[in-house]
Amino acid sequence: MLIACPYCGPRDLSEFTYQGDANRTRPNPMSNDQSAWNAYVYERVNPAGDHREFWQHSGGCRAHLAVIRSTLTHEIKSVAFAREAAK
Amino acid sequence: MVEIVSPLEPAYRRGAHGNRDGGSRITLSETQPGSIVQLAAWPGREDAMRAVVKTVTGLALDGAPGAGAVDESSAAFGFAPGRWLVVDQAEGAGQTFREKVSADLGTVCDLSHGRTAIAVEGEKAERLLSKFYALDFSLAAFPVASAKSTAHHDVFTLIQRTGADRFDLYVYRSFARSFWHLLCASAEEFGYTVE
Repeated sequence: MLIACPYCGPRDLSEFTYQGDANRTRPNPMSNDQSAWNAYVYERVNPAGDHREFWQHSGGCRAHLAVIRSTLTHEIKSVAFAREAAK
Repeated sequence: MVEIVSPLEPAYRRGAHGNRDGGSRITLSETQPGSIVQLAAWPGREDAMRAVVKTVTGLALDGAPGAGAVDESSAAFGFAPGRWLVVDQAEGAGQTFREKVSADLGTVCDLSHGRTAIAVEGEKAERLLSKFYALDFSLAAFPVASAKSTAHHDVFTLIQRTGADRFDLYVYRSFARSFWHLLCASAEEFGYTVE
């Protein structure tokens, strides 16, 4: 599997580290909303198809990336810097 | 300045080694720069940081990913968004950059003792490095002066092409001797000279 890093270009999967589901929003750290925290920690979309997730190019430029990957085919459909995708 | 001690010393055997049928088609050397400095610019200050590199070293960097420049005594290249490595054979570049880079521009990290610089040169340099890294080392894909950051197993490596058949590698000092052993073993089939 190749991931096309926006800085480095296409690189082998072995250079990247998976950093988890990017569909979650962390509740305000001051929040006491138990259901919001439960959803953040445990609930996943788990789609059979396109999944938005964070990766880090840890064996390259070290940038954090927001990737859309198909869980059915492992096709990488888009890659962007996480800090730009978060805007 | 504190003397920079080579971690390769016990394993650095000058002379010709390996397959001698075609002579030495690889030359390996430790370039021992006096200064290796990492610069990081805050978001939006990248152009200003490249201007500082130009002022201090005279090397002009463009904004493209991995863009670099080299002259006889110094080299500079981008290896990540907003980050550059500057290498000078003279000591003291870290101090010069610390004086030029203000707190609102970015940060300076002097890695002169933290990285080991190894030059791989020769007609088989591309072939040798292809055994290590899953990268395209052809001149078209990896032009002179440009750079890439990658890793061989856990040995993170910055690679700058400094000539048509020459690459300069920067590896962590603590991994350097192990990496050197592997480099020499991998170059045996081509015949290599350690300068």
